Amino acid sequence: MSDSATSLEGWEVVVGLEVHAELATRTKLFSGSLNQFGGEPNTNIDPVSLGLPGSLPVLNRQAVELAMRVGLALHCTVQPSVFARKNYFYPDMPKDYQISQYEEPINVDGWLELPSGRRIGIERAHLEEDTGKTTHVGGSGRIHEAGYSLVDYNRAGVPLIEIVGRPDIRSADEARAYVSELRAILVAIGASDGKMEEGSLRVDCNVSVRRRGDTDYGTRCEIKNVNSLRSLGRALDYEAARQVDLLESGEKVTQETRHWNEEEGRTHSLRSKEEAFDYRYFPEPDLVTLDPDSAWIDAVRESLPALPAERRHALAERAGVEPAEVAVIVERGLDALCIDAIGAGADPARVITHAEHNLAVEGAAGLDAAAFAALVGMETGGELTATQAKQVLAEMVDTGADPKSIADARGFEAMDTGELEAIVDGLIADNPDQWHKLCEGDQKLTGFFVGQVMKATQGQADGKVVNRLLQQKKDG
Amino acid sequence: MPGRITRDDVAYVARLARLRLTDAELDTFTQQLSDVLEHAGDISALDIADVPPTSHPYPLANVFREDTPVPSVDRGEVLAQAPVAEDGMFRVPPVLGEAP
Repeated sequence: MSDSATSLEGWEVVVGLEVHAELATRTKLFSGSLNQFGGEPNTNIDPVSLGLPGSLPVLNRQAVELAMRVGLALHCTVQPSVFARKNYFYPDMPKDYQISQYEEPINVDGWLELPSGRRIGIERAHLEEDTGKTTHVGGSGRIHEAGYSLVDYNRAGVPLIEIVGRPDIRSADEARAYVSELRAILVAIGASDGKMEEGSLRVDCNVSVRRRGDTDYGTRCEIKNVNSLRSLGRALDYEAARQVDLLESGEKVTQETRHWNEEEGRTHSLRSKEEAFDYRYFPEPDLVTLDPDSAWIDAVRESLPALPAERRHALAERAGVEPAEVAVIVERGLDALCIDAIGAGADPARVITHAEHNLAVEGAAGLDAAAFAALVGMETGGELTATQAKQVLAEMVDTGADPKSIADARGFEAMDTGELEAIVDGLIADNPDQWHKLCEGDQKLTGFFVGQVMKATQGQADGKVVNRLLQQKKDG
Repeated sequence: MPGRITRDDVAYVARLARLRLTDAELDTFTQQLSDVLEHAGDISALDIADVPPTSHPYPLANVFREDTPVPSVDRGEVLAQAPVAEDGMFRVPPVLGEAP
């Protein structure tokens, strides 16, 4: 049906994401079994997570603390909240309801700032318990043809925070940036390990399209089973194109849940039973109100580390660039190093360039800022070419040695212009045809001469100086 | 005053809970649930404009446990009580549709 050739010209994609993140507690939300990924089936279970009659849930204080960390990091208001039963019949929840928060969630009304500077609204971020894991066996492997199911309750009762974003996202790229930023925040504040591949971060997407300029939202579909940032982008692109196809051919979008199939690269309707789910929420009588006092909320707020957006702004301001330009550096945790190096007098532009292009390696964050600044100083002072500086930097990360001794050991020194000029003159004399063509305007040959100079100097010549010399020779 | 519970309401709720009720049971539960609702409806006769909604009868908040592990229950013992077990897991009939 849809293919990648579908043009979204004239259409606007509207996306709202619901992200479930498993909180990094030691034990479950309402009982003392371990919250642990990958154990033998049904080895982290207890009467509460099995829903045995007479068992009672008791709220894990650390899960509440982590939920508050998430809420405050997303600029939400932390408010008194009430747990509710979400009733449904499915074997992944043995008590036939999931304990969640419904009308009164713990965190409301926040926002998240993307590296681009755009803010995406957060409607709420509430606590709930995870479900058990069902494995379908037999049949063709497709759910509706399965012979039977096997259930593992290790995950049942693991604390989740469900972060409900407002429909403020306008493209697949922006959706990826949102999830990536959210994951970075969750990891930075120690709330979750954020591993999509282990299912500790799960994303459901609400997607609709509308004509550019329209203010009403179109009919949306919910996409499930998106298990990586890559799938997220693909699924959104596919789904937007599918909806535009339908609307352009005069059909309607049906509100429904659709399943992303990674192999086929398409979404398909889940063909669930006709009746809509009716969860019959009501307040959970086994749990009392959660009402953190302001002292606790303030203490949690105080304990939050600097978050990625804040760090981007701090470095950008110091380096005199836009926050979006230092997003990668902050992601790699190199921002403190850069700020310290700039503080030690290093040229900000060179610091940013090195951090972005030459420090994408393990251990780079451990680099000594003063040594980094000294290296940049040698480069801007003309003692090292850009290429040499890059090589010295790599060795500094590997060995921790100081830049001066590395440069000396490698015999790097600024090659003076007179020496270079002699080499250039020699090359012109040895290659008269090429030189003639270059002078006639064949710019490709600039590369040839620069290459020859680099060869003759074993890469120690400064490319910019060589170019300047060649230009002078042509003009002269 | 809320409307009475109908037989269809009871059949619907039973279906959500995957319960199969006989005609006689449908009649019985329709009557019982109507009585419960009627009893709850008595509250409508009171002036409760100034009473805040309450989600719990006890004036308690913030009951916590510490994040301390307790040993898991014995898997063999638990699975022995299941109708069917396989590979350390509960074996259940296939469920139509997707988990909600």
